[in-house]
Amino acid sequence: MLLVLTLSGCSGKKEALYVYNWGDYIDESVIAEFEKETGIKVVYDTFATNEDMYVKIKSGGSQYDLIFPSDYMITRMRDEGMLEKINLANIPNFKYIDDRFKGNDYDPKNEYSVPYMWGTIGILYNTTMVDEPVDSWDILWDPKYAKQIIMLDSQREAIGVALIRLGYSINSTDVNQLNEAAELLKEQKPLVLAYALDETKDKMVAGEAALALVWSGEALYAMDENPDLDYAIPQEGTNLWFDGMCIPKGAKNKEGAEKFIDFLCRTDIAFRNADYTGYATPHTEARELLDPEIRNNKAAYPDEEDLVNAEVFVSLGEVVREYDRIWTEVKAF
Amino acid sequence: MTRSRAMLPYVVWMAIFIVAPLFLVVYYAFTHTGFNGAEFTLANFQRVFQPIYLRVLWRSVNLAVASTAICLIVGYPVALIMAGNAFSRKNTILMLFVIPMWMNFLLRTYAWLTLLERNGALNQLLMAAGLPTINILYTDYAVVLGMVYNFLPFMILPIYSVLSKIDQGVLEAASDLGANKLVSFWRVILPLSLPGVVSGITMVFMPALTTFVISRLLGGGQYTLVGNLIEQQFLVVGDWGFGSAISMVMIVLILISMAVMSFFEDPEEGTTLW
Repeated sequence: MLLVLTLSGCSGKKEALYVYNWGDYIDESVIAEFEKETGIKVVYDTFATNEDMYVKIKSGGSQYDLIFPSDYMITRMRDEGMLEKINLANIPNFKYIDDRFKGNDYDPKNEYSVPYMWGTIGILYNTTMVDEPVDSWDILWDPKYAKQIIMLDSQREAIGVALIRLGYSINSTDVNQLNEAAELLKEQKPLVLAYALDETKDKMVAGEAALALVWSGEALYAMDENPDLDYAIPQEGTNLWFDGMCIPKGAKNKEGAEKFIDFLCRTDIAFRNADYTGYATPHTEARELLDPEIRNNKAAYPDEEDLVNAEVFVSLGEVVREYDRIWTEVKAF
Repeated sequence: MTRSRAMLPYVVWMAIFIVAPLFLVVYYAFTHTGFNGAEFTLANFQRVFQPIYLRVLWRSVNLAVASTAICLIVGYPVALIMAGNAFSRKNTILMLFVIPMWMNFLLRTYAWLTLLERNGALNQLLMAAGLPTINILYTDYAVVLGMVYNFLPFMILPIYSVLSKIDQGVLEAASDLGANKLVSFWRVILPLSLPGVVSGITMVFMPALTTFVISRLLGGGQYTLVGNLIEQQFLVVGDWGFGSAISMVMIVLILISMAVMSFFEDPEEGTTLW
């Protein structure tokens, strides 16, 4: 096996770069362009959740040069010594990244990550089924919408929303606060139609439910398919999230990875990726190039005042188990 | 000698991919990795027996038993009809049961999602016929339906295979000795088919007990089953110790149920599938 790899490594003289990104999270034509410009061959794989990616990198054996974890996962991987420091001197286009996305708590000096996309969580709702204004998380607990609510089947987000509603931090590690959140979620359960991930946007487009907790990018996709849908970030606060570009420890082609990061931060390339994926880019110039309808869409690009109460997830360490216990309790209730 | 040498690749394969992982599961289940490295612990097992996890286990067993029972009730007559001499289209029916299994399991389960939804195909049909609509998606009913749909062939095939091998002479002898159809079914066919039934029950019960895809898709993630719990430990929480402990409890449960089952098995006939 090793021999085969070595042989194939020798026969093709081209330098290779192994990239591991979220599914459908790039305009794939930019990869070919990078290969043409640099002569580096890109081997591109995708994953579905941070946790899947983490397990694959942690178990070793995979030889990726560039990965795209989210904020709290960047912290966790950094703390476990799984990330290589990035040399920003090799990434001149880093200057285009908006200052509000630099130096966040998950990586205070941007030593390990360069932001790729960002977004929020909020409520996607069907305007033909919901008459009242949607501006509070309370609506997800309103018995009027019994069996019309879809929740995110993801521990951090679902428990996070309950914590926000209680006025606590979404990164709470206080067991009493977490238990209160659990009670709140149990109280909500009879109203919930389903706890889902990928299916949510299709169900909302098909008019199967009135309200759903979603990530902003999913909301934008669904709103594009069904004009009756709208997205709101409740005033009590939200989770502000970032997906970054990182180099895993032991990467064989660190230099190539830095070239690719710089390439993705080039204005025209960042624009094409933002335009294709529908997610919000942290790149100042690329955003200006977007269609004003998207650029000024508050679902995609909320103003800073919409985000005053927003919190970024931090890695919880061992407390993750408490979250899991609560989530199991809610689901088994 | 040559035979045992020919066995070697299989033995090595099994040692690496079956025995070693089992030992790893046992290892993780009994250890806790703290600051002093790995140390022996029973905490993972204590946690499995906490009320919330027992409730998950109980629900999984219930749903698996219900699905297995329905598969048996539906599957046995089908196998009986197919094995009967009078039935000339047995190959067609057999194909009809097998062909869907060629399609991806996930895809087939996804299809039920669209069939059962509120404005889905089934309800459109009911509405067109002027009948009341049903909303069973994201309930236990949908989960059981998904399990029965996916696992039914595993019940029918072993029973059919045993039934079709029953010596016709035995049945003729029964009728010569004055047994009517009902009596000969009850006293001859049924006892002879038990190994097939046992094998069918095992082949349905085990995957039904551990499924996590069907419960997530058709149950709307509202009903955590043991399979979901284990998946969650490995992929989300990263608590391999607890995940392994639940897996071990499952293995023990399945071993016990297999021991009970083998009690009913005919020791001379090696026709079972496992």
